[in-house]
Amino acid sequence: MTTDGRKPPSQFVFKLRRALGGQAGWAGFVFQIVFVAALIWIGYEIFANARANLQAQRIASGFGFLWQTAGFGVSQTLIPYAETDTYARVFLVGLLNTLLVSIIGIVLASIIGFIVGIGRLSPNWLVARIAGGYVELVRNLPLLFQILFWYLAVLGALPGPRQSISLFDEVFLNNRGLVVPKPLAQNGLTAFLIALLAAVLISTALRVYARRALFQRGQVVTIWPYVIALLIGLPLTAALVFGAPLMLEIPRLKGFNFSGGLRVVPEFVALTLALSTYTGAFIAENVRAGIQSVHKGQREAGASLGLSHGATLRLIVVPQAMRVILPPLTNQYLNLTKNSSLAVAIGYPDLFSVFAGTTMSQTGQAIEIIAITMGVYLLISLVTSAVMSFYGWRLNRSLGT
Amino acid sequence: MKRTFFVAAAVLAASLSGQSAFAQTLKTVKDRGVLSCGVSQGLPGFSAPDDKGNWTGLDVDVCRAIAAVVFNDPTKVKFVPLSAKDRFTALQSGEIDVLSRNTTWTVSRDTSLGVNFTGITYFDGQGFLVKKALKVNSALELNGASICVQTGTTNEQNVADYFKSNNMKYEIIAFGTADETVKAYESGRCDVFTSDISQLYAERLKLSNPADHVVLPEVISKEPLGPLVRHGDDQWFDIVKWTLFAMINAEELGVTQKNVDEMAKSTKPEMKRVFGTDGNLGEQLGLTKDWVIRIVKAVGNYGEAFDRNVGAGSKLGIARGLNQLWNKGGIQYAPPIR
Repeated sequence: MTTDGRKPPSQFVFKLRRALGGQAGWAGFVFQIVFVAALIWIGYEIFANARANLQAQRIASGFGFLWQTAGFGVSQTLIPYAETDTYARVFLVGLLNTLLVSIIGIVLASIIGFIVGIGRLSPNWLVARIAGGYVELVRNLPLLFQILFWYLAVLGALPGPRQSISLFDEVFLNNRGLVVPKPLAQNGLTAFLIALLAAVLISTALRVYARRALFQRGQVVTIWPYVIALLIGLPLTAALVFGAPLMLEIPRLKGFNFSGGLRVVPEFVALTLALSTYTGAFIAENVRAGIQSVHKGQREAGASLGLSHGATLRLIVVPQAMRVILPPLTNQYLNLTKNSSLAVAIGYPDLFSVFAGTTMSQTGQAIEIIAITMGVYLLISLVTSAVMSFYGWRLNRSLGT
Repeated sequence: MKRTFFVAAAVLAASLSGQSAFAQTLKTVKDRGVLSCGVSQGLPGFSAPDDKGNWTGLDVDVCRAIAAVVFNDPTKVKFVPLSAKDRFTALQSGEIDVLSRNTTWTVSRDTSLGVNFTGITYFDGQGFLVKKALKVNSALELNGASICVQTGTTNEQNVADYFKSNNMKYEIIAFGTADETVKAYESGRCDVFTSDISQLYAERLKLSNPADHVVLPEVISKEPLGPLVRHGDDQWFDIVKWTLFAMINAEELGVTQKNVDEMAKSTKPEMKRVFGTDGNLGEQLGLTKDWVIRIVKAVGNYGEAFDRNVGAGSKLGIARGLNQLWNKGGIQYAPPIR
């Protein structure tokens, strides 16, 4: 007796079934379609019902408000903004302020985190204790409290503009922020930038050459004197030939405040400091855990190859630790971005403050504005984690796993 | 901050729950057994908890008067402290039944927020508070100044308009709550604190040395403050509106907390209508015949409430000014009870 082998299902149906999560057969398939349809229906009902009720209560709805005039001022804007601009522009201003504080916060938090995390494992008793004390103190106090501390206690103690602390009469520090000379573009700027770019490109090429020489022929080529000469020499020559690239506008006290110059507002400084020191403490713990997860045999192997403590850490331990550090590090970056919405407490004009705050109370369109704001934070978070995943993927590839 | 999300979620939930929840506020309030009233987070004279935790103030008295006409008990009020930017959402979502929180009546708020203003409890205007040490005598000397303001207020827009029309530069720093705003002003972050003038006097009391600060003479806007209710429930709108009108009428008729029992025996036709011994005006409102007596017994007439909370009898000591009755030189005026 012969049995015919069962015909394999067609590729498409097979893929579809796997995508829908099982071998449950057609009954399960139908059930899943019904389930998705029900979800869509519920979503539609929520939307339609909300819309009908808003209309019945005469609460304005829709996104038309974005093109109305905002009519209020914002203290820090990265793009030109005036009171006569639209709410859409306010949204953009707020978004850029959020991104600014998040990006700078992430960079600073990472630096603090790595230094403190490695410091905690230092063989030096004092360094390890200081780093440990920092972590325990900072990560156990509420963030809002820390933001207010930096804002009111530290920056609030600075003198008023008329009694500014000044450095060479060019840089001023007072309770209105840090005022520094503002660089203004001059004729020589283009040539200067081209020269700088050329120097960077040539240096990169040199580095590639040096690595090749090392890996393929085992030859050590010293390139750093050339690189330094290039990076300083080329732009300097360009500046000498084509004239100064920048001119500084010196701030001067006029009336209530300084005019001219570039001002970093204290709200920004306080928020960035608070976010980066707070998140830095968490990152430090991630870094410590990552380093401790690398087997001590790896260190011993490094030492037996004659590598110094620093070189072992840099070339052997940290690259392997990064695999462990990366996922929780991504979490901390996401937290920092989301925590930046506490800015409203100290009047820093971030997205949450100017858009989900002022704009919402002026237009009353809570549903639309909260939806946009949630969407934006979600998008920022997804992009951050995509970037980190990509970095993780490259890291794993370079470690050969 | 967190509250905004909560309230927004509540709006969504309320939008889903269908219309009926909003239609019968009076019934909802009676079933609940307590009036939910939105107030400020602590503005002396208008709505602030005292050292025993009892809320007092002019705005609070409006809430108590409403509780008196509904329950005959002015203590049956739950006060919900709200920041300027969260207040409307709380009303829209049904978290509160009435918002009595020094809120300026404007056309955009009346038409696009789904709310109805019921009247004016206080005629105010926006002003500037500065340190005396700055030696500024007029708002027109404020070119280039840094200004602290509470976000979500009409003040934020008025100051933008004022500086623009006078061709002056300014830096605005907007804070989430009044306390944060005042703290930043006191720490020297701003040269100027701007708000409604009544609020400037109230907040000045909280500063460590009130005498070092001065309110500039300019009044840059009209800020008629009053209670508001959700759109779509005319009966409740009438109740809140006429509770305030009754307080003002009581002052005009000379009815006070002390003499109200005496006056209620009056045989004058006008008095009989007001006190419900003749006709059924109170019942037409959905209340009881003695509604005006209940209000006056609970909080007194408008003038008494004003004096006790913000006027001569209070720490604020603000003169009646525009808020004096129309027949005594002010503009406070209520339609007649008849």
